[in-house]
Amino acid sequence: MKKINDAVDVIIVGLGWAGSIMGIELAQAGLKVRALERGEDRLNSDYAYPKPADELAFTKRHKIMQSPHDAAFTIRHNASETALPMRELGAFRLGDGVGGAGLHWTGMITRPTPVDLKMKTYADEHFKRGELDEELRIADFPVSWEEIEPHMDFFDKVCGSSGETGNLRGVIQQGGDPFEGARSNPFPNKPLEDSLNATLFRQATQEMGLHPYSMPSAAVSVPYTNPYGQQIAPCNYCGFCQFYSCLNYSKASPQTAILDRLKQFNNFDYKTRANVIRVEKHADGKTATGVTYIDENGDEVFQPASIVILSTFGLNNVRLLLNSSIGKPYNPITEEGVIGRNYTHQYGGGFTLFFDNLEFNPFATAGPTGTVISDYGTGNVETAQLGFIGGAKIYSSQPTGTPMAAAIKKGAPSWGSGWKKALKESYGHSMGVKLEGSNMATRGNYLDLDPVYKDRFGMPLLRVTYDYVQNDLRMLQYMKEKMEAITKHLNPTQYSHNILKMDSHFASSPNYVNTHNAGGAIMGDNPRTSALNRYLQSWDVHNLFVMGANAFPQNFYANPSAMVAGLAYWSAKAIREQYLKNPGPLVQA
Amino acid sequence: MANEPCRIGRRPFIIGSLIGIASLGMKGGVSSVFAAVPSTADELKQYQPVFFTAEEWQFMLAACDRLIPSDREGPGALDTHVPVFIDKQMLTPYGKGEDWYMEGPFDSHASLLFGYQMPFPLQVLYRKGISLTNQYSRIKYNQNFCDLPARMKDAVLTDLQKNVADFSQFGEADLNAGYFFTRLLENTKEGYLADPQYGGNKNMAAWKMINFPGARASFPQWIKIHNVKYPLGPVSLSGEQA
Ligand SMILES: Cc1cc2nc3c(=O)[nH]c(=O)nc-3n(C[C@H](O)[C@H](O)[C@H](O)COP(=O)(O)OP(=O)(O)OC[C@H]3O[C@@H](n4cnc5c(N)ncnc54)[C@H](O)[C@@H]3O)c2cc1C
Ligand code: SF4
Repeated sequence: MKKINDAVDVIIVGLGWAGSIMGIELAQAGLKVRALERGEDRLNSDYAYPKPADELAFTKRHKIMQSPHDAAFTIRHNASETALPMRELGAFRLGDGVGGAGLHWTGMITRPTPVDLKMKTYADEHFKRGELDEELRIADFPVSWEEIEPHMDFFDKVCGSSGETGNLRGVIQQGGDPFEGARSNPFPNKPLEDSLNATLFRQATQEMGLHPYSMPSAAVSVPYTNPYGQQIAPCNYCGFCQFYSCLNYSKASPQTAILDRLKQFNNFDYKTRANVIRVEKHADGKTATGVTYIDENGDEVFQPASIVILSTFGLNNVRLLLNSSIGKPYNPITEEGVIGRNYTHQYGGGFTLFFDNLEFNPFATAGPTGTVISDYGTGNVETAQLGFIGGAKIYSSQPTGTPMAAAIKKGAPSWGSGWKKALKESYGHSMGVKLEGSNMATRGNYLDLDPVYKDRFGMPLLRVTYDYVQNDLRMLQYMKEKMEAITKHLNPTQYSHNILKMDSHFASSPNYVNTHNAGGAIMGDNPRTSALNRYLQSWDVHNLFVMGANAFPQNFYANPSAMVAGLAYWSAKAIREQYLKNPGPLVQA
Repeated sequence: MANEPCRIGRRPFIIGSLIGIASLGMKGGVSSVFAAVPSTADELKQYQPVFFTAEEWQFMLAACDRLIPSDREGPGALDTHVPVFIDKQMLTPYGKGEDWYMEGPFDSHASLLFGYQMPFPLQVLYRKGISLTNQYSRIKYNQNFCDLPARMKDAVLTDLQKNVADFSQFGEADLNAGYFFTRLLENTKEGYLADPQYGGNKNMAAWKMINFPGARASFPQWIKIHNVKYPLGPVSLSGEQA
């Protein structure tokens, strides 16, 4: 028989960034809060120097990431193809264990812009009818910049974000990003140091009349104490950052920024190796009674709760909603249904520049150090004539400096003496000019349950139907020209690029792209086209709140976590101030 | 048919021992220490594989030696014990396929856009890949891979890489030669460049060659010093210096 736990006020599923934020915000409100985390506990002491400085374990063997054995996805390009599982991690690498992906993220804490939040409005104002591809499904976020900015501002304080302010309450600041949305406060800390590549990029783009600024960073530049009283040490530019847990207590993670404080609350506890398989509903279907999980012994356990928070990462949230039959699944033909619609990913790629006579010492770096331009960001250039909507940030950074990740000169053999010679000549002599590009939602890119493949608990895997969007590929061709101009200005010995072409198709494996998956259970004003209301509350089950980038109606060119965290704080506030007093739908449909 | 153990060429031994001397020189140790340290080649000869059979081991030695040969540019895969690294990887969860999603149905002929889709864990991939490559080599050149002269070894490896070698002709429909080669090459490079605790990158020789300082992992000063070659040699996770 199924085991039953003692009831709690709030059950949080998944203890990454979003789960930790909800945990501390609701524990502070005096509620009895319990978190269930599928993976292992992960303590800072497990990642003390030098353990993380191990490229094989962390980058190659994905030591702290979601193992496909435990949770895979199936992928296909369109509805007529058969989806196949991502058997080993490839294009995206989710987090696992306490801290989630917040333990091995890069720590770039770029925000979306006010235009990104109101894309539909922007599209209607700047494009004539019929100018955009018919397949696009652009929507506005149902929150305004003014509503969400204070919460991103608070998250900046939690992380100790380090950067240059570009827009302080509407006043443009020298040296920052002039295109950013107004900040209510400056960055808490000064920017990280520029490595050589960042300096060169800054110089070149400045000379070209563009507006370079330091990458907003969640690795702190100076010793810092955050609002929860957590002390964070300055980054030492260890060179093992993206994919690695910080060996120095510097890169903001749920551990360094929130969890040590949260664990001090008597009304909070957490269980690890608790794999939630379903949200259970009351007979009336309108409320959740709790969740069912499989514990470390393989036993099924029911956890009753008054409020259920899903914070298992966007993709996993969508899978749980589908496996719990909450909300109507999206049908790409009739376009009815809400769970699974508007799935988006994000674009990477760039130029690699080789300089025979420069020493970059690439191992001296931090994941989020670097310089960026947003001159070609969405709304910062008129693109109606160019046939696309969207944009990209273009930047130079060096997320790690490890040898297996090193770029090799163009035309070099892939093995033999020629390869070794090229490795020797290439390592330490190259820099990247990269992009991160917006991804528009379409009618045909969506998520549902795979009809064939199941996980080890017998639950269907999530099926991702996704291919590159023509609108976005046109955007990338435009960015390629701009990046090539910067590259030529830098005048390297030689260069190569890997920007997608118009006929490129999504490869789920083996190369990493990024883990900025979004959409699938989006927020909106209309329950017929969105899964969640503006407070991330399920339209169907009012005591269920869903945190994560699954809420984004389309993906912007910024990294997602500032917005994911901002929305979590926004939702927590609504729960504390409105929902607890009067449990029920916070928005009338 | 040549089935007796192949011999490794002599050149790598010599280069390997030169590197041994160079690193000892850096530590300031002189002749008495030198006498006590066996060459990397002798150690490799004495190594007892934990996964590969004797015949497979000869293949691994020969293949790794061609993928990263020892030459005047620097140490090769044998000097740095890459085959030892790969042998040890076979018994890890990665080698056993415990981290991968290995439920069927499998479509081994799926487009490369889907990544790995073959129905075997790494261990089996290697076992089959080696045996099939030897079969291919025997049909084409009348000898096992490890007995071929260097130029022909390279030709066989190229046939694998380009997927010209068709393993289905030997009754193996699921294994794609190009994929076997890709994995072999990737693991070889990993063994060359990973921390020495995993058995390869012996004496951190590959790191020294490219000037990677290993697990030093602290550069608050060096982030500000631009375009100056970093002067210190590598440190391993266990704290050895080279
Ligand atoms: C390599 C990498 C680099 C990144 N770099 C950046 C960056 O520079 N900037 C940025 O903004 N973002 C970055 N991201 C994305 C960022 O990490 C995520 O946006 C963020 O961590 C999402 O937080 P989350 O709380 O929604 O999910 P997660 O942090 O993924 O946490 C979800 C947790 O839920 C658990 N879980 C999942 N399913 C279940 C279940 N069924 N039962 C119980 N528990 C479950 C997981 O184990 C995990 O711990 C990066 C991601 C990766 C992988
Ligand atoms: S570079 Fe800085 S923030 Fe990143 S892991 Fe190293 S010390 Fe931590």
